[in-house]
Amino acid sequence: MVDELTQSQLLRWIPLLPLLAAAVHGVLLVVVRRTLPRGLVILLSCGAVIASFLLSFVALIELVGVEGERILVDNVYTWIGAGRFSADVAYLLDPLSAAMSLTVTGVGSLIHVYSIGYMDEDHREDKGFQRFFCYLNLFMFAMLTLVLGDNLLLMFLGWEGVGLCSYLLIGFWYADRFNAYCGAKAFIVNRIGDFGFLVGIFLLFWSLADAGQAAVAFRDIEAGLAAIVERTVVLPDWLGFLPGAPEWRLTTLIGICLFVGAMGKSAQIPLYVWLPDAMAGPTPVSALIHAATMVTAGVYMVCRMSFLYAEAPGASALVAWTGAITAIFAATIAIAQTDIKKVLAYSTVSQLGYMFLAAGVGAYSAAIFHLVTHAFFKALLFLGSGAVILAMHHEQNTDKMGGLRSYIPRTHAVFGIGVIAIAGLPYIASGFFSKDEILLSAYLAHHVPGYMALWGIGVVTAGITAFYMFRVHFRTFFGECRAPEEVRSHIHEPKNVVLVPLYVLAFLAIFGGYLGPSEAFVPVPDANSLGNFLLPALSQEAHHVAHSTEYALAGLTTGIILLGILFAYLLYVRRPELPGRIAASLGGLSRAVANKYYVDEIYDAVIVRPLVLISDRVFFRGIDATLIDEVGANGSARAVRMLASNVLKYLQSGLAQGYLFLMIAGALAIIGYLTR
Amino acid sequence: MVPIEHAIALSGILFTIGTVGAIARRNLIVVLMSIELMLNAVNLALVAFSRLWGNLDGQIFVLMVIVVAAAEVAVGLGIVISLFRNRESMNVEDVSLLKW
Amino acid sequence: MSVLFFYVFAALAIAGALGMVLNTRNTVAAALSLVVTMVALGGVYVLLGAYLIGALQVMVYAGAILVLFLFVVMLLNLRREEFSPQRQLPTKIAAAVIGLLFLLQFLRLIDGAFGAPAAIPADFGGYRQVGTALFTDYVLAFEATSLLLLAAMVGAVILAKRRID
Repeated sequence: MVDELTQSQLLRWIPLLPLLAAAVHGVLLVVVRRTLPRGLVILLSCGAVIASFLLSFVALIELVGVEGERILVDNVYTWIGAGRFSADVAYLLDPLSAAMSLTVTGVGSLIHVYSIGYMDEDHREDKGFQRFFCYLNLFMFAMLTLVLGDNLLLMFLGWEGVGLCSYLLIGFWYADRFNAYCGAKAFIVNRIGDFGFLVGIFLLFWSLADAGQAAVAFRDIEAGLAAIVERTVVLPDWLGFLPGAPEWRLTTLIGICLFVGAMGKSAQIPLYVWLPDAMAGPTPVSALIHAATMVTAGVYMVCRMSFLYAEAPGASALVAWTGAITAIFAATIAIAQTDIKKVLAYSTVSQLGYMFLAAGVGAYSAAIFHLVTHAFFKALLFLGSGAVILAMHHEQNTDKMGGLRSYIPRTHAVFGIGVIAIAGLPYIASGFFSKDEILLSAYLAHHVPGYMALWGIGVVTAGITAFYMFRVHFRTFFGECRAPEEVRSHIHEPKNVVLVPLYVLAFLAIFGGYLGPSEAFVPVPDANSLGNFLLPALSQEAHHVAHSTEYALAGLTTGIILLGILFAYLLYVRRPELPGRIAASLGGLSRAVANKYYVDEIYDAVIVRPLVLISDRVFFRGIDATLIDEVGANGSARAVRMLASNVLKYLQSGLAQGYLFLMIAGALAIIGYLTR
Repeated sequence: MVPIEHAIALSGILFTIGTVGAIARRNLIVVLMSIELMLNAVNLALVAFSRLWGNLDGQIFVLMVIVVAAAEVAVGLGIVISLFRNRESMNVEDVSLLKW
Repeated sequence: MSVLFFYVFAALAIAGALGMVLNTRNTVAAALSLVVTMVALGGVYVLLGAYLIGALQVMVYAGAILVLFLFVVMLLNLRREEFSPQRQLPTKIAAAVIGLLFLLQFLRLIDGAFGAPAAIPADFGGYRQVGTALFTDYVLAFEATSLLLLAAMVGAVILAKRRID
């Protein structure tokens, strides 16, 4: 199977280079306990990632040149070989993973460069600096393994790896317990999702093996899927209320389980709660992990398994609806947030919802397109906010900002570009092309129940998105400066090493959309180069729709977006006292929204507290300390001691009569037994 | 005719009494006498079986047992005497040197 | 008739045995009680047709061994035996229990296990028959016992000798 595909030895270096850099840092920091000079750290880490990016590029060129099926493989070694089953450490480059790896390494490189400037002020002298880059490199390795792996096991390895690095990086300034808590929360919620993911993998493997097609490699699974497509699962009685009960297609069940993993990793309802708290980490971390790369792993997974989801309409519908509801839900929360990073966090959750909406209706290429543009503008927004935070001396609350455009005009400019990009204004924003592609696909998705509602939700959310993004922009950069005097005097533009990545990202945020615009908007043949590039790798058909329909839809969406911007302008520039009055008149509702609908509190009360209580009282005190320790360990010791000192002692009394007694007793016992 | 079973039962009873005496008495000499009683009980059993099967071997065995018993008593009492010389006590508890 | 004698001798034997075991005050009395048992047993032997053995029983056991016991008892001039408090009762109970169990087991095992006694020649157990068997079939054992007696004599003398220092 592998023989007919083109081999490329260079694929393995794409994840391997960052791993080597991380390993060097790790050995130096932990074993040798010496830190490298700053320049060397930068050279090693940034160099590794930039090299990975260049390699990805070279691999892409190689990929395009392949005749026949566009796939490159690199089989490094056989990891698990058991009978006829084998799982290899092997990398696969097809259009999908090529797009992902370029995005990951490209945006990753920019963020690495940005971090040189951002993390310079790290309080923890040099150790912090090197440790940060070590973790960043480790993360790049895990993410690239996830993206380039050719089988589910390797992907899961990367999946867990990015979760780990997320934990390490969110809690980077671990001296503050709150940061450590946020890191732990992210990891734990992720793990819940991972459980579902694992169940999905097991189900898939088991059913394939049952049908004689045991495999974990994606290509093998795709080939063997036909064997299990028709199988159904009978649900137990107590699940009878679910739609489609009592019999479900097996593929649907698998799809749902895998999606649970995506819910955790990509912060969809109900497992999104870790993402806003993950903002406790340094801003480059938020940009890299929680905007551009890790959270998109779920989207990638769904697209990678598109052949499965194409055969699992129930699961796809769930994906689409979860995405849509998450999108609008998170958008409403973002309206009321005052911390600049929290707004961006909820915005990320919302945009991820869009991606899943696209994937759920079968428009996988649109999802990936939005993933790429989102990586550009969200990274830009996060890094820009990082610049603002640096300028404001680590102040993150927009209540204390305002009027910054006169102080830091360049930051204002790039941030503004990011805001326009995410709002999706036509032609000048990459978000426009990708978002419209998604909405168009939803509009055309007759096979999904309630597709018109999905489209409607998408449109409304676009308006809300424009609103809250411009709200943040206005509150930060316009109006009067609400910062205290001593902070105001120190506001300055960030260093060039921080600004240059911002410029690059701004460029991409504007022009990146031209990678895959619909031909309706850019009447050039093969305008949608990204889409056409990706199609062969996904189980998707190109849709054909009249250009007039596209214009109409785009026009409607743009109108809603402009309305949102207008609202924001009115409320936050013209009449800044209005928002307060509106919030007061809405009373409880506005409080609920500002408090993120109390979801965290509900989880805490319903799930976390009872669980901790049970763990402590029942498992720890009851079973572990009492049953196992006292009764079991100490108890058995005590029993032996009692037995020995009160009973067995007399066996060796030294008195012959005692021994005689035992002899007679023993003889009696044996004779009794033998003659029973 | 003498009921052989009863003779054997008598042997058992005597053996039991001898055992109880050997275990429960504190005086060393009495313990030795109880052991003699046990030997006698065995002798009785042997004679009874010899009668039951018309085989003289049992009686020859009894002869041997008597001889051995005599020898054992001689030596045993010799030990008792030297013990008494050392410890001034006939109490069995004072000779419990077999304790580890 | 002989049955009656058997039961009389049996009762005497048991009484003597009990007298020996249960008597805690007077060791001499205990020894004498055992003498009664020995003689009674000799009678039982005779009733069972073991004439030589019966005679030897009385001569050797009652007449020599127990006399030896009496010698030693009187020589050492024993006082009344002292009891150690904590061991007393449990030991007696344990001994009684084990004795009882043993007896019950024994009686259970011999119950109905034997057939009728074999027919025996008139001379059975007489001195001629036993002597012949002893000196022909079992002469090796006979010689061995004489060695044993020699060893016992030597041992006894050495053990009981006073130290010559």
